[in-house]
Amino acid sequence: MAGQDRTGRFWRSDAASGLILVSPTALYAILLLAVPVAMVLAISFWTQNYLEIDRTFTLKNYAEALSEPLYRQLMLRSLTISGAVTLTTVVLAFPIAYFVSFHVSPSRKSLWIFLITIPFWTSYLIRVFLWKVILGFNGVLNTSLQGLGFIDEPLTFILYNANAVVITLAHAYAPFAILPIFVALEKIDRSLLEASQDLGENRVTTFLRVTLPLAMPGVVAAVLIVFIPTIGDYVTPRLVGGPNGLMIANMIQTQFLKLNNAPLGAALAVIAMVMVSTIALIFVGLNRRYLRGPK
Amino acid sequence: MRGGWLRIYALLYLVFLYAPIILLPLFAFNNGSIIAFPLQGFTTRWFVELTTIPALHTAVLNSLMIAVTTAIVSTALGLCAARAATRYEFPAKRGIMGLIMVPLVLPEIIVAVSLLVVMLQLGLGLSAMTVILGHVLICTPFSIAILNSSFQNLDRSLEEAAFDLGETRFSTFRLITLPLIMPGIISSLLIAFTISLDEFIIAFFLTGNEPTLPVYLWSQLRFPQRIPVVMALGTILVALSILLLTTAEYFRRRGIARTGADDTGGFL
Repeated sequence: MAGQDRTGRFWRSDAASGLILVSPTALYAILLLAVPVAMVLAISFWTQNYLEIDRTFTLKNYAEALSEPLYRQLMLRSLTISGAVTLTTVVLAFPIAYFVSFHVSPSRKSLWIFLITIPFWTSYLIRVFLWKVILGFNGVLNTSLQGLGFIDEPLTFILYNANAVVITLAHAYAPFAILPIFVALEKIDRSLLEASQDLGENRVTTFLRVTLPLAMPGVVAAVLIVFIPTIGDYVTPRLVGGPNGLMIANMIQTQFLKLNNAPLGAALAVIAMVMVSTIALIFVGLNRRYLRGPK
Repeated sequence: MRGGWLRIYALLYLVFLYAPIILLPLFAFNNGSIIAFPLQGFTTRWFVELTTIPALHTAVLNSLMIAVTTAIVSTALGLCAARAATRYEFPAKRGIMGLIMVPLVLPEIIVAVSLLVVMLQLGLGLSAMTVILGHVLICTPFSIAILNSSFQNLDRSLEEAAFDLGETRFSTFRLITLPLIMPGIISSLLIAFTISLDEFIIAFFLTGNEPTLPVYLWSQLRFPQRIPVVMALGTILVALSILLLTTAEYFRRRGIARTGADDTGGFL
């Protein structure tokens, strides 16, 4: 009797209503995200035999992925490029977020944020392709610089290499870096800055000792939200990277769609994810003193 | 002038952000088949040529169908999750919401590859349907983010008042909650539509032999003589995205005005 009463109460409780309401979305995420990712993990331990997949457990794919110099080089390059993109994007984005938060009048802030997000919503493929047009040998940048007399020979270090990938991805992920930093800056109690200056700090030390530490949660979020997805970018390395700018996603695609070796592709995908997650966790760990909530 | 140097930097940064979009129409209306300066004079022939490519029309229709379905399904799923997250406390809430929001940071190639593996293992063919499944997965977190703020701005006492005045749960939702969050729903629909219309990598892996518009575009980028037409198409797409986003932003602001909250800016 008591048990029945308890279940009855449970079904009318907040907990049950919440669970019932969230269940369609949660179920969707489990079926189409958790299960497929688990499947990729499983398949990375299997072997491709021509058209069939041999389901005996093996570490062969991992051994191959980790020992083959080509894969190691691609993995290392992907991490380096992602790291460079993250650094560039966040360093370039911080002053913008700071400017909008501290120097734009409150009524015009949402206009600025809107202006910053618009380019992000326009066709990704076409944006990347236009960077190829801008950075090319006869591109917009080279012809304008030559026209203005700044350079005599076209610059060649800006297309079909890792630099081009960094520039293009720094453009593509700009709003992802600006928005979290902006949100963190907006949360800062402005009276803290006045207090700091009253207590004898100058503007630079106030920024370094008050503003920056308080903005760190936003910076950490920006780093993660740029670093993690860029490692898996396919379009940019393919269009502007040239042979020396290809990244791991290009190899994963090749394994799955061209070489028909899904298990090796899966192993590469798993290794990439594990490495990205590890680096992300270490990064969060290093910054955890900034991430504690207010006491 | 507030901000001095920072303002100059901000304006330069906007130039950097808008550089590709500003160049796009220049080349779309340029009367030359090479994408380079100097420009060769004005023409609309690339736009006329767009109307003569049947493969493009099929791809556009396919993409529109996928984007509309994705927008509706992910907004519906987003409504459930956002309502549950803002209104109720339930066990494992952080874990469940975390899983649902993961596609926001997960590299899209991982989503694409894992769905491909499942489809192949289950022996299901690839079609527009499989693309929709993938797109709903990545659009739902965006819908939730938008709808969360709609529900958070909602004054719960309004619903309680309707309840006290004899409305049922359902009629309260229909008469009070729904109209108040309608702007959020519309902007969620528009954002999901825009993301799906533009998404390439998942569609590339899962589309089978019914290419979406970005997949078609990708196939054309290999042919130099096709580029001006692609530029014309891109111009139309960008104009369309800006129109949709301005509409979404308008509804978002109206929603904020309706619930009487302060505007904190931004979709995300």
